[in-house]
Amino acid sequence: MGFAYDFDWGVLWRQPYGLWLLQGLWLTIKIGFLAWIIAFFLGIFVGTLRVTPWRWLRFLSTAYTEVFRNVPFLVQLFFWYYAGPMIFGEDLGRQINRIMGLNYYAAIFALGLYTASRVAEHLRAGFASISRDQYQAVLSTGMTQYQMYRHVIVPYALRIIMPPLTTEFLTIFKNSSVAMTIGVAELTYMSYRIDAETFHGLEATTGAMAVYLALGMTVVHVMGMIEKKFKIPGMVGR
Amino acid sequence: MFDAVTRNLAFLMGGFLVTLELTLFALLGGIVLGALVGLGRISRRPWIYYPVTLYVNFLRNIPLILVIFWFYFVMPIIAGRPLDPFTSAVISFIIFEATYFGEIFRAGYQSISRDLSAAAFSTGMTYAQTARFILVPIAFRRMLPSLITQSIVTFQDTSLAFVIGLQEFVRRASIVDNLEVRSIQLFGFVAVVFFIFCFIGSKISRHFEEKGRRTGLL
Repeated sequence: MGFAYDFDWGVLWRQPYGLWLLQGLWLTIKIGFLAWIIAFFLGIFVGTLRVTPWRWLRFLSTAYTEVFRNVPFLVQLFFWYYAGPMIFGEDLGRQINRIMGLNYYAAIFALGLYTASRVAEHLRAGFASISRDQYQAVLSTGMTQYQMYRHVIVPYALRIIMPPLTTEFLTIFKNSSVAMTIGVAELTYMSYRIDAETFHGLEATTGAMAVYLALGMTVVHVMGMIEKKFKIPGMVGR
Repeated sequence: MFDAVTRNLAFLMGGFLVTLELTLFALLGGIVLGALVGLGRISRRPWIYYPVTLYVNFLRNIPLILVIFWFYFVMPIIAGRPLDPFTSAVISFIIFEATYFGEIFRAGYQSISRDLSAAAFSTGMTYAQTARFILVPIAFRRMLPSLITQSIVTFQDTSLAFVIGLQEFVRRASIVDNLEVRSIQLFGFVAVVFFIFCFIGSKISRHFEEKGRRTGLL
């Protein structure tokens, strides 16, 4: 132990650092929730397209999930943030780049699109676990394909895949930390910023770890209650 | 069209080599440590089981970036001298990915029924022979698809070493982008390279999964 290191846990509550961590947590929660809204609905849409009878739609949705799952999230985030505005051409791109908080919106957008591909995969597994008879029974009542998915199959599959969706919901808060690379001041960014100002990054990141742990435990607890409410009676629980 | 990529191809691919190197070390260490962690997770000795379980559940709830930072800050204190980003990244990846590999190994170990080892013993095999010829090959084949999938995830995760300034693939692309401002082609190129490797990997994983299902192994 040649390196003398003076621990200073005070950086976790001394102002303004304590406040920074709380502000970071708030942003982490906001990004997670907003990205989840995109991921949830887009994921259901893409996942459902993967099992429809139309071949082209199936191909497109499969391509979507393959691309978004096989490229690191960091690369996707950089692509949307740095290259995204350029896609619209020089003039419009420059205007987009002037938007206040563009990195924040890019992070939500990128995280939503990325997580949607994962939600879609879980949903597909959910569809596969519903027996063929169910589909036929629904169609025999005279429902159209759209009505069948909208009113029976999708709600049913969503209830089946509640546990993996909980895991995905937890993961979205963890993945939101990648947004620090484009300067979004969320929790991990703030702990790094405290290091830059005080050289006590070890204490700051340890504190941030505890906050992520508390956030994760809260999510598990809340989702446990929701899972219990939506559990299909007679199915094997966790 | 691809001028910025072709002009800096050597620099970029040098970064990709760093990414591959990092992946290799992370996988070697992560899988070996993961195999031990998996053993710990099925151990009946509480003083092994609880610490290992705590380690796994703790790290799986923390973002990888934060773990990378944490080791980057803590390693100089332990080692007594500043560590280069590569070594620091390798250590954090091994310790982080081992928790995910550990859970795969745990499931693999638990998938073997007692009847199977009892049947092997009844043919007169010793414990070493049973493990060598029956248990390990079967468990390995069952775990193979998940091991490949997790290896792909690890490969993608190495991009996060970006944050401690390691000049891997993504970091180098962003260095070039800062100079040339050709974001579409540069990050598009990085995405395509990652996609090709990971897509092939996921196809191989799916191949073994279907093969396992056909032969009734899974």
